[in-house]
Amino acid sequence: MTAWTDDAQPALTSIYRMQWEEAQQCHVLLFPEGMIKLNGPAAEILQRCDGKTSVAALVADLERTFGESDLHADVLEFLEQARGRHWIR
Amino acid sequence: MDATGFAEPQARAPRAVAKPPLWLLAELTYRCPLHCAFCSNPVDYTRYREELDTAEWIRVFREARAMGAVQLGFSGGEPLLRDDLPELVAAAHELGFYTNLITSGVGLTPQRAETLKRAGLDHIQLSFQDSSRELNDFLSSTKTFDLKQRVARTIKDLGYPMVLNCVMHRYNLPHVGRIIEMAEAMEADFLELANVQYYGWAWRNREMLMPSRDMLATAEAVVETHRPRLDGRMKILWVVPDYAEGKPKPCMAGWGSVFLVVAPDGVALPCHSARMLPGLDFPNVREHSIRSIWQENPAFGAYRGTGWMSSTCQSCDEKEKDHGGCRCQAFLLTGDAAATDPVCPKSPRHEEVEAMVKAAGDPRDHGTPIRFVPGARRAGDLVFRTDANALS
Repeated sequence: MTAWTDDAQPALTSIYRMQWEEAQQCHVLLFPEGMIKLNGPAAEILQRCDGKTSVAALVADLERTFGESDLHADVLEFLEQARGRHWIR
Repeated sequence: MDATGFAEPQARAPRAVAKPPLWLLAELTYRCPLHCAFCSNPVDYTRYREELDTAEWIRVFREARAMGAVQLGFSGGEPLLRDDLPELVAAAHELGFYTNLITSGVGLTPQRAETLKRAGLDHIQLSFQDSSRELNDFLSSTKTFDLKQRVARTIKDLGYPMVLNCVMHRYNLPHVGRIIEMAEAMEADFLELANVQYYGWAWRNREMLMPSRDMLATAEAVVETHRPRLDGRMKILWVVPDYAEGKPKPCMAGWGSVFLVVAPDGVALPCHSARMLPGLDFPNVREHSIRSIWQENPAFGAYRGTGWMSSTCQSCDEKEKDHGGCRCQAFLLTGDAAATDPVCPKSPRHEEVEAMVKAAGDPRDHGTPIRFVPGARRAGDLVFRTDANALS
């Protein structure tokens, strides 16, 4: 598996659906007969994995939204993990 | 049978319920075109014919969703026998459920599959009996093998995630390699190799279905040789055969903890088979709200937490993890639903489970020919699920 490039456009795989769950007070990933609760940063990243936004744009958007810099490495690490779990491709 | 074991938990006040039911299983009907000898429906299913109507089901969905339920399974019987299925799926989808259809595939034409897709159906679980036509058709007492192949294609063509479910037992465990290859060829996303659980019709047929430990070990080794090869394409779930492994399962992740079943006649249950437990009066959704059932009903509170447990379970470090195993299994094997699940080596009745597993042999030893007998209600000692064979 090659690493994510800045122009890659990650997307949720078709098995997963993401939504806000009031009862859980968090975003969740739903898949056949199961649910994964997401923490805040994971949800912020996955919400931007729409198959159209590049990794570079996604990082820039997060940095702008949260007034942070240097998020690139953290985001990439998460994207790696998420792909390893087949959440995104 | 020890009556005090059942009376006691009901008398206790229901425990505080912090968590909502996450999983709602809607058993839309017990009617089914198949006659599987391991069906988990009650052996007296013909007694429950008063099915909830469309509006009643939608009210159940709304109430469960409002509490936080997020997964909805349409099951049965065969849920496709309900003509209002697209309407039910659409209502569930609109409420924000992840919707799962659990089907034999009978009745899933390309048109119907597309209608359901448009209604918002998220996923289809298709059952299979075996990789061979002979055994598939024999075990279900129907000619459905070719149809299931076509249905699998339909499901994939429409872009649904697909889970193939195959109940595993003495007859088909030797075919596990071919079953995996068949699932792979069908491009299943998940393959659930569901080692048979002994409830309902499977309990009735347990002597015929139970595999030996050798058969299970051989089959599991085959699964492990395929698993790495399929990583990232198809996930294989090997449901632990708890009788043979001597490990109690955390049944339903705990009684009344995450799982809520509504039976075709509206009776709410903590699992598929709890209705048979004596001494518990399960509420009907026609008379009670889902909230009051989940939070206040004594039957739903009966085996929550650890207070009801036997001293064997109370003194065990695993009690918060396995919840003492399965209440229905404890009842079927000992007559006391509050007993330690006898598959656990710590159970005083474990020897009986051990004896059953040791007596389990090879189908070739049994002298019963494995062949499809058209219209057969019995083949050898195997009792097929039919209206005629149902207990009244």
